[in-house]
Amino acid sequence: MNFFFYLAAAIALISTIMAISGRNAIHALLNLIISLLAVSVIFYLLDAPFIAALEVIIYAGAIMVLFIFVTMMLNIGTEKKIEKRWLNPRVWIVPSILAALLLVDFILIINGLQIPEPVDETLNTKQVGISLFSTYVLAVEIAGILLMAGVIGAYHLGSQKKKVTHRFLKK
Amino acid sequence: MNYLWIILGVIFIALSIAAGLIWVERRLLSVWQDRLGPNRVGPFGLAQVIADTLKLFFKEDWVPPFSDKVVFTIAPGILMVTILLTFAVIPFGPEFCVFDSNIGVLFFLGNSSLGVYSIVLGGWASNNKYSLIGAMRASAQMLTYEVFMGLSLMGVVMMADTFSFSEIVEAQRGGWFILPQFLGFVVFFIAGIAETHRLPFDIPEAEGELIAGYHSEYSGMKFGMFFVGEYLGITLISAIIATMFFGGWLGPSFLPPVFWFLLKTFIFIGVFILLRASLPRPRYDQLMKLGWKLLFPIALLNLLVTGAILIFL
Repeated sequence: MNFFFYLAAAIALISTIMAISGRNAIHALLNLIISLLAVSVIFYLLDAPFIAALEVIIYAGAIMVLFIFVTMMLNIGTEKKIEKRWLNPRVWIVPSILAALLLVDFILIINGLQIPEPVDETLNTKQVGISLFSTYVLAVEIAGILLMAGVIGAYHLGSQKKKVTHRFLKK
Repeated sequence: MNYLWIILGVIFIALSIAAGLIWVERRLLSVWQDRLGPNRVGPFGLAQVIADTLKLFFKEDWVPPFSDKVVFTIAPGILMVTILLTFAVIPFGPEFCVFDSNIGVLFFLGNSSLGVYSIVLGGWASNNKYSLIGAMRASAQMLTYEVFMGLSLMGVVMMADTFSFSEIVEAQRGGWFILPQFLGFVVFFIAGIAETHRLPFDIPEAEGELIAGYHSEYSGMKFGMFFVGEYLGITLISAIIATMFFGGWLGPSFLPPVFWFLLKTFIFIGVFILLRASLPRPRYDQLMKLGWKLLFPIALLNLLVTGAILIFL
């Protein structure tokens, strides 16, 4: 079991690094999808099959398709000139130092924490549902309101009538 | 039964049905269109499949120089892998299931949503205008129909109280779910046609307008994979309809359960082919309108009513 965990973790790390550093937009997105799949495997190994399935259905299966759809439509292919300037090694110095500081901070905090013992049982869907709609019902409703804002925004954008010149589509 | 034999058996059944369907479809279409169809190679033209496969293998496997070669090559594989993986969670009979997962339905939905990538990436990597249009239609169509494909199955999941396919089959001992979940069945069936982009919903490949849509640039066995993948998709959707709504392998005991399962599956495969023979292709915007304005509300309403009945009765 541990071997699979480390394998999935390694795949997730490598593909994420490739997603960040890749210069081809679609290839970067594909690497991100692989990373999400690897995270899903980790969830499954941690006895949370429901979350693993949702990770694949929602993130890898729906959101990333939309990303790829938009990237395809805008025809963002290979690198641009401005990106080459951004990828100049000198630009990376300050962010790297800051990130390293954060990493040290993080390690120190983690070392001081009392990590609770992992629960050794498979979490089934019913338990997830019950805890979502009892303990975390407020968070669920807030998330619902947030999504509602997105729906209203999409409705607003879509409701503006375009002038249609196609003879079949005209009302 | 030996575990390895189950795996090999499932792969063998799935692949041979998919390959055989090429012949079945052409013969059935000819029957409905009052002609003979392929009848020259072997008895009743049965060896036509072998001849076609041999031809595909010997064709030049051409990767266009203007394409994105890596993505172009892996795209057909994604389709085969996602569909064949899903066959692992489907119970062909009692104890005849590769992986009796407790998240089987979610596994199927996840894999079918990953299958979209095959078509989208294949169309994009071809670097061809027609392929790109096909890919964009495919991503919009499959994303839309995926939404209520999941929702339409949730009624069955609520009634059976589980995500596992074999427990869903067991829950239908008292009666098939087709009666209480008729709306769910209709929505799932239409969404299934759209997910496998079969006629009448073959808008991503629409050969009248887009040459062959997303697989215009594919040749040889790469095209063959898309081709067989489509038939595998039909088999999969039919198998899932049989499992979720028609009692899976349940049936009178004078014949083995696997027989009943395959019989039910084949009836739906036949319906798929009959639909192809009889219905014209809708326009793209009509498809979207049908999805979001009719099927999506029906699926939600079905979910609401099922939930209310389960709680209050």
